[in-house]
Amino acid sequence: MLLNELWFLLIAVLFIGFFFLEGYDFGVGMATRFVARNETERRMLINTIGPFWDANEVWMITAGGAMFAAFPNWYATLFSGFYVPLVFLLLLLIARGTAFEYRAKVAHPKWSGTWDWAIFIASLLCPFLWGVVFSSLVYGLPIDKNMNMYATFTSIVNPYTALGGVLITLLCLYHGLVFICLRTTNDIQERTRDLAKKIVWILAVAAIVFVVVTFFVTDLFAKRGVFLYPIYALDVVLLVLSAFFLSKKRDGWAFGMNAGVIVLTISSLFIGLFPRLMISNIKTSYDLTVYNSASGSYSLTVMTIVAVTLLPFVLGYSIWSYYVFRKRVSKEEHMEY
Amino acid sequence: MDVLSLARFQYAATTIFHFFFVPLSIGLVLIVSIMETMYVVKNNEIYKKMTQFWGKFFLINFAIGVVTGILQEFQFGMNWSEYSRFMGDVFGAPLAIEALLAFFMESTFIGLWLFGWDRLSKKVHLTCIWLVTAGTSLSALWILTANSFMQHPVGFHINNGRAEMNDFLALLTNPQLWVEFPHTIFGSFATGAFVVAGISAIALLKRNHVDFYLKSFKIAIMIGLVSGVLLALVGHSQAQYLVKTQPMKMAASEGTWQNTSDPAPWTVIAKIDTKNHKNTGEIKIPYLLSFLSYGKFSGSVEGIESLQKAYVEKYGPGNYIPPVKTTFWTFRIMTVMGGLLCLLGIVGAFLVWKKKLLNNKWFLRTMVAAIAIPFIGSTTGWLMTEIGRQPWTVFGFMQTAASVSPNVSAGELLFSIIAFMSMYSIMAIVMVYLFVRTFKEGPSLDNKMTIQSNDPFDGEGYHVVTE
Repeated sequence: MLLNELWFLLIAVLFIGFFFLEGYDFGVGMATRFVARNETERRMLINTIGPFWDANEVWMITAGGAMFAAFPNWYATLFSGFYVPLVFLLLLLIARGTAFEYRAKVAHPKWSGTWDWAIFIASLLCPFLWGVVFSSLVYGLPIDKNMNMYATFTSIVNPYTALGGVLITLLCLYHGLVFICLRTTNDIQERTRDLAKKIVWILAVAAIVFVVVTFFVTDLFAKRGVFLYPIYALDVVLLVLSAFFLSKKRDGWAFGMNAGVIVLTISSLFIGLFPRLMISNIKTSYDLTVYNSASGSYSLTVMTIVAVTLLPFVLGYSIWSYYVFRKRVSKEEHMEY
Repeated sequence: MDVLSLARFQYAATTIFHFFFVPLSIGLVLIVSIMETMYVVKNNEIYKKMTQFWGKFFLINFAIGVVTGILQEFQFGMNWSEYSRFMGDVFGAPLAIEALLAFFMESTFIGLWLFGWDRLSKKVHLTCIWLVTAGTSLSALWILTANSFMQHPVGFHINNGRAEMNDFLALLTNPQLWVEFPHTIFGSFATGAFVVAGISAIALLKRNHVDFYLKSFKIAIMIGLVSGVLLALVGHSQAQYLVKTQPMKMAASEGTWQNTSDPAPWTVIAKIDTKNHKNTGEIKIPYLLSFLSYGKFSGSVEGIESLQKAYVEKYGPGNYIPPVKTTFWTFRIMTVMGGLLCLLGIVGAFLVWKKKLLNNKWFLRTMVAAIAIPFIGSTTGWLMTEIGRQPWTVFGFMQTAASVSPNVSAGELLFSIIAFMSMYSIMAIVMVYLFVRTFKEGPSLDNKMTIQSNDPFDGEGYHVVTE
């Protein structure tokens, strides 16, 4: 039975990796409207994530694949239950991925302008949709005894999940802004830092409201309060530290602290859920759990061996890729390719 | 329309669209890798230009392949939740491994390759593109492991009303995989080769950058020839394997209602009457079906009616006959396309060898039109494979009608079909436009000019500085 818990942990890690990595490129995508003042600046911002965004998205795809392999019922219930939001998410991800690759293919302002709007809108709405999905996971959903979820509009979109959506969007925005501070210089870096200093307080307020509402509308604190109180306390400390380092122009530290906030926040949702995967608001016995939704132990063992063998390589070359592109992006020196 | 038909339509449409780009990516990246290898080995700048020029086509194409692939992964859960519940234990594993092994590799090293021309040594840069090539082929291997399981399920048992994996190695050594994977991969190489050869032929007809495009054509036609011949060979062995494992699909693809005579003739064309189980106007080649099925000139092939009887006995009452006309004709179209690939590969290689290519305008024109051949071939081939398996999703264990999501309504499906189709139509138009544009811009061989950037985020006015 230990394998079921291990795979829950692995999928949590994949989603945390996704929000940590794709989080900043969503944020940079949003910053193309909030920070960049012209075409050159937009290009610079997008270049900061150029070599990375595609691999970042693979964290989400791998999380989906891992859900399919390890918890087929979770995968089936979630993906069919959230049908319409996922159609939107797919359309946005398709538009966004194509936009990154095609925006500079034709040197015409209308061409790149159109793609840039696609990047902005998708970067704004994708984290919002993920926030809605994750907060409705902890809020509870109409799942019947056959594990099928028959959702109405309001069972997915309601004040609590909208708040969750806003929180994740703000978290990604702030993450992306600090990432830009790390990857650029001079004027644009200063302006981004100024904006980040404001956003961090809006983020803090949204986070506190979300935690308080979560306390009242979900059973997360009742079930896992022991873990959640210290986690959220640490969250606040890290966010304040991130703001502090940002004001001292220690961008690396500010980024690291906020990375901690993302890791803790996403972990808190998974910790609150465990051992459940999806909460039924019809009947507690209809909940999907790591036990009633999982693949057999043989399959989980095979997948564990595969994952343990492959993950070090993936992490190794990902880190190497960041090392290769460690130089800051700016506009002083011509770049051939 | 009912939910099942809509879900099937959406799955078929999005998969066919996705599979225009997949084989082209696999084929193009191989050719680009070979070109860059020649650049590194021969240290001749023209091969670098070739790498970058054809690399642009690869990147434009790869982008669409990637984004439409996300939808593929989501769709099993979204529209086929019952299938996912029943088969996820077995079927999910290769998908997860594909992401972990292939997608990370492709996406990371494509970024390194694209942005790394100035930051990596020549050899490291070359290694990056070969790792992308390896990634695309590994991706094919794992997704076909999953598909082979649907054609010929192995390595599992039914426990508590669902399939559970009990032999991972059996999935990997599934004989179906080892006819299906080479068939698909050589088809993909041929696709890349015929697209490069066809585009080069347009330029050669116009006597445009002759040296550049002739070199490109040579590389492409060699790959086209080799993969075309291998494609025909593995295609033949896949058909023989099919007779053993999915005789109904084989019988349908031959339109043989009754058991054939011994030796069995091969039907070239026929007018198929699916109601009365009769064909008229058949043109037959004696002995050929026996040879295709068993590799010898004797042996009878079982017909649809007797198979139907046997299946009713085995699986209970029901209709186990796939759409015969579609299976019959898609199989024929695919075979003809495969034959044409071989033929054009041989003629093309011969003309290149005899140095007569440039003066043979008709052949060059044919090669331009031949760009369509591998796409028609792979589309009809997959239609035959998947439609011929009906009514099953997993042959012998789960039917398509039982696989669909019960909680997704027809309205939701109609919405998603319209949304995806609109999106995909726009993308197809944009992608073709960019291909034409990239071709018209040409390889920019003039050394005085700034080299056309390979970087999609790059362009005029873009600068970078080191701190």
